[in-house]
Amino acid sequence: MSIWSEARLVAGKDLRIEARSKVALTQVLPFGAIVLLLFAFALDPDRGILTKAAPGLFWVAVLLATLLAVARAFSIEEQHGARDALRMSGLDGGAVFLGKMAAIAVELLALELVLGLGVVVFYDIRIERVGVLLLAALAATLGLAATGTLYGVLAAGLRVRETLVPLLLLPVLAPVMLGATRSFEAALGGTTSDAWPWIELLGLFAVIYVTMGVLAFGPLLEEA
Amino acid sequence: MTTSTTRTAPPAPAGLFPRAVSRPLGWVTLVALAVLVLFGLGATPADAIQGDAVRLLYLHVPTAWLAYLAFGVTSLASALYLWPRTRRQAYDRIAGASAELGVVFTGLTLVMGSLWGRPIWGVWWAWDARLVTTAVLFFLYLGYLALRRVPGSADGNAKRNSIAALIAFLDVPIVHFSVTWWRTLHQQGTVFNSDLNAKIHGSMAFTLWWGVLAFTLLFVWLLDLRYRLAVLEDGLADAELDLAIAERVSADDATREPVADGSAR
Repeated sequence: MSIWSEARLVAGKDLRIEARSKVALTQVLPFGAIVLLLFAFALDPDRGILTKAAPGLFWVAVLLATLLAVARAFSIEEQHGARDALRMSGLDGGAVFLGKMAAIAVELLALELVLGLGVVVFYDIRIERVGVLLLAALAATLGLAATGTLYGVLAAGLRVRETLVPLLLLPVLAPVMLGATRSFEAALGGTTSDAWPWIELLGLFAVIYVTMGVLAFGPLLEEA
Repeated sequence: MTTSTTRTAPPAPAGLFPRAVSRPLGWVTLVALAVLVLFGLGATPADAIQGDAVRLLYLHVPTAWLAYLAFGVTSLASALYLWPRTRRQAYDRIAGASAELGVVFTGLTLVMGSLWGRPIWGVWWAWDARLVTTAVLFFLYLGYLALRRVPGSADGNAKRNSIAALIAFLDVPIVHFSVTWWRTLHQQGTVFNSDLNAKIHGSMAFTLWWGVLAFTLLFVWLLDLRYRLAVLEDGLADAELDLAIAERVSADDATREPVADGSAR
């Protein structure tokens, strides 16, 4: 079996679990939505701050939801000795990484779509360049999913993982937060050329951490 | 697995260097720091613009240098641990000891920079690229230290720690570039600029370089001390485990004698 079909197997498994348990749909998604609502309480909606800060607020909401999605993706491996089964399945470590990463990325993209609609409706946003927006979102999501999966397995099986993963993950994601916010700002009102360096940065970040994940996931899964 | 019978008093911890090197190194370091204090507070003049606040830089710059050096050593030691041919527990200990120094001195760099910034810039903090990068660096390695505190098997932990250190290290240039872009796209000419160095002459330049030298010695000395401490900590953990096993075994023996095996549990 090629690494791609193995990865598809793992991604299919994770997405099927989510489709049946609906934890992402009934818990992670509403969490992201309520964060958007909280921003409106924190920043007076009448003064246009929400509209101006919308790209940053959107990505903070996505970032916080990512923490939940990552925690969920690895808590399903805790039950019924699933992690041991995964370890003994003979699947390539890199393939398992790609599969789990893809499942998280799909969930995050769906979440971003809904939160994006929420931002457009509630924060009064007009999107000028859809292409830039989609490209930036895709690159940023790959980076989020790759680092999330990497730190998820790093902390898998540790008793302190719920508190440890956010501390490890958030500083690493600082460049993604910056890049995604700046390119969204460009997509909403700036010029396209402003967005390119940031999208390239997001792409580079994703490539580096996907490579790192493919290499390191196997050894880390064995230690978990 | 060792038993209680083989347990002996722990030997003096082996350091990175023999005692004959580390003790003199400690004295040399202390003397170097004392000379730095003399020059920093006495022999150098106050700056024409910054006044006496410039004296903070004789600590601030060496502290920042030490922090970067420490994170570099952590990355190198982690890579050496991951490389199968050079895998030794010593490298994991060096990585941990060095990261701890790095975090402490990054924190000191930020605090001293803040103290210097207040009279010179008029603010405690500025969203300057270098400041933001340093702050992110602080949290990156704070997370790494938190991960190191998690109990577990020595070998498994060391591998996990080494990979985590390399993941963090990979992020440093990306953070640096992204933050630099971010700030330069918005404001031109940040507070830090190259003419800060160009203006330094004579005794001030000497003091700055002396500070860097003294803090490099300080780093090597502290790394050795922290390494010895790590060896002692591991020895203590092993000894406690052996003790707990021994107590458990003798307790089991005591309860097993009068009653039947099954009901003793």
